[in-house]
Amino acid sequence: MRDTRDRATVDVRDPRVVEAIGRYWRHNVRIMAGLLVIWAAAGLGCGVLFADVLNQYRLGGFPLGFWFAQQGSILVFVLLILIYATLLNRLDAQHHVELERIRRTAPGDSQP
Amino acid sequence: MSVKAWTFLFVALSFAGYLLIAWLCRVRDTSGFYVAGRGVPAAANGMATAADWMSAASFISMSGLISTLGYTGGMYLMGWTGGYVLLALLLAPYLRKFGHYTVPDFVGDRYESNAARLVAVVCAIFVSFTYVAGQMRGVGIVFSRFLEVDITVGVVIGMAIVFVYATLGGMKGITWTQVAQYWVLITAFLIPAVAISFKLTGQVVPQLGMGSALLADSVPLLSKLDQLHADLGFASYTEPFTEPWNKLNVFCVTLALMVGTAGLPHVIVRFYTVKSVAAARWSAFWALLFISALYLTAPATAAFARYYMIESLHGKSAAELPEWFHNWRRTGLILWLDDGDGRLAYYGERDASLAPRNEVFRGGALGATELADIEVAHQRWLDSGGAVGADGRTLLRTRNLSGPDQDIIVLATPEMANLAGWIVALVAAGGLAAALSTASGLLLVISSSVAHDLYYRIINPVAAEAQRLVIGRVVIGLAVVVAGLLGIFPPGFVSQVVAFAFGLAAASFFPAIVLGIFSKRVGTVPAMAGMIAGIGFTAGYIVGSVYGGMPSWCFGIGPQGIGSVGMALNFTVTLLLTPLFPGPSQAVCDLIETIHEPEDAGPAVRIEVAAEH
Repeated sequence: MRDTRDRATVDVRDPRVVEAIGRYWRHNVRIMAGLLVIWAAAGLGCGVLFADVLNQYRLGGFPLGFWFAQQGSILVFVLLILIYATLLNRLDAQHHVELERIRRTAPGDSQP
Repeated sequence: MSVKAWTFLFVALSFAGYLLIAWLCRVRDTSGFYVAGRGVPAAANGMATAADWMSAASFISMSGLISTLGYTGGMYLMGWTGGYVLLALLLAPYLRKFGHYTVPDFVGDRYESNAARLVAVVCAIFVSFTYVAGQMRGVGIVFSRFLEVDITVGVVIGMAIVFVYATLGGMKGITWTQVAQYWVLITAFLIPAVAISFKLTGQVVPQLGMGSALLADSVPLLSKLDQLHADLGFASYTEPFTEPWNKLNVFCVTLALMVGTAGLPHVIVRFYTVKSVAAARWSAFWALLFISALYLTAPATAAFARYYMIESLHGKSAAELPEWFHNWRRTGLILWLDDGDGRLAYYGERDASLAPRNEVFRGGALGATELADIEVAHQRWLDSGGAVGADGRTLLRTRNLSGPDQDIIVLATPEMANLAGWIVALVAAGGLAAALSTASGLLLVISSSVAHDLYYRIINPVAAEAQRLVIGRVVIGLAVVVAGLLGIFPPGFVSQVVAFAFGLAAASFFPAIVLGIFSKRVGTVPAMAGMIAGIGFTAGYIVGSVYGGMPSWCFGIGPQGIGSVGMALNFTVTLLLTPLFPGPSQAVCDLIETIHEPEDAGPAVRIEVAAEH
């Protein structure tokens, strides 16, 4: 019954747990929204919408808009997922610690 | 050793390796068959996802496509990689937490409707079959070009190999075979790219070489390409938005490809195979990292080969032309119909005065005898000074066969860079690896859609484990045969339909899954209405403009990009209808809550527990 471990030991009706879960989710959505803005800006923004403007500038031998469309955006995408995985896995760990603390300070095992 | 002998050796060795892996990974239960027992490490799953994703088209055709389109080719690069960000952030961890076998599983359970499940099953099967037909054709083409066997024989050999390792090992066998296939295909892609970069710019990193100056005249490669394109009447290589690719169309195609990538069932299902939610996130990172190895190199190969092709062909006499030109001329991928001056001229369509003087063409779908007839008539036309015969150039130009076939870019790069015969053979093995890995992943989606979603979840929910495994194996066997037949007798529309599969995936699955994960309010009716509106509009628009001659009335957006509009329509319809209909049941709300808190490794909903691994 590995899959129900957390549910069994943490009381989901405990307001502190409800609050912790809410906080976790809001934090998650904030990270996600921020990264998606960068995603859109790098790919659809620099790579497509502003490509003609950016092409006036050069990056080494590359016109900048062209570089974003064929190289830069892909590099940004890889980095974005790396950042997301790191941040979220850390957030998961913090959330675990928090749930653990709530469980330890719970007023007895026999909840009403 | 000749190139052909090397090719036989490499192909035989790699196939033997795939079969060995399949034998070592054979499975005995449905969990192993569909999701590899959820025991695949993140990096290995990422590598398998990358091989699954990079098809024969990515490997053989994409560089050529970029080479022809220049800047506009970037929409494929951005679209097919940007989708992974959506997948990693919006879908993968939550679907892993949900913990079922397939995408229709999620749609059916989240929206508590077998009708919704059925719509998802039909979409999954349609998308997978259009895709897999192209892969099987790719296998046949690689065989026929490198080993000079008949395309049909090539397809049958490919079918036999996939049949054995997919039925034996299911997802587990496929995953570990794909890891091996990734290494074959990426090695085969990188070696020629590095070699041609070094030859032209003295840079060993192709991505840097692309932005460097040419050794020949110390002008930056891209500036030189722009110059050559302007002189010869081609669209500028680096300038964006040349007709017909205006900004809106490039935007819509890029977005449709991104969202479509995130909605493709054979990619999503890979994230069910890892151990935990954290591993699903890392897996998405590894997948894109491994994919980017090819996708960052492809535009470099494209630019190098483009420059090299123009330089070594235009204005040259038959004796001066390089050897690779004569080798590939036999295959019909590149043709030369001279105007009588004995020098090859290669012009683009942009300059109306130069276009009729172009002498470089491709055979396209024309048969060998038809091509020979055209060449003979052209020769008679030349010899008689225009009195008899026919000008082959006008003939081929009116059939839209100007310029070489795009596949030649990757296939001939090793020869352009004067690499040894065994590397040419490696490219053949790489092309086969790319086609087989994608085909096997798609076949598993078809098998799970029919055997799990349709048979077990809808028709016979009390089926025993052993019975379901047999059904799964039978379906995958049948699917291999159907895919092979589609490869041998390709319906004319396959190549177009593959591009549209993305539009349909974008307009159907993506909004339903995203809203299903992030909203506790969206109920069955609005989601279904949204999916039907999205698919209906997109499919209607595509069929209308490709077959019905319908003008692109929706702001001039072409059929390739219309999936973006279909997706927006899907979201709009669903969200507008949501307040009017009841939300999901309490059980589903609880399910969504559990998915939202992805800190636990186990499945959110208890599925029948298969034997532990």
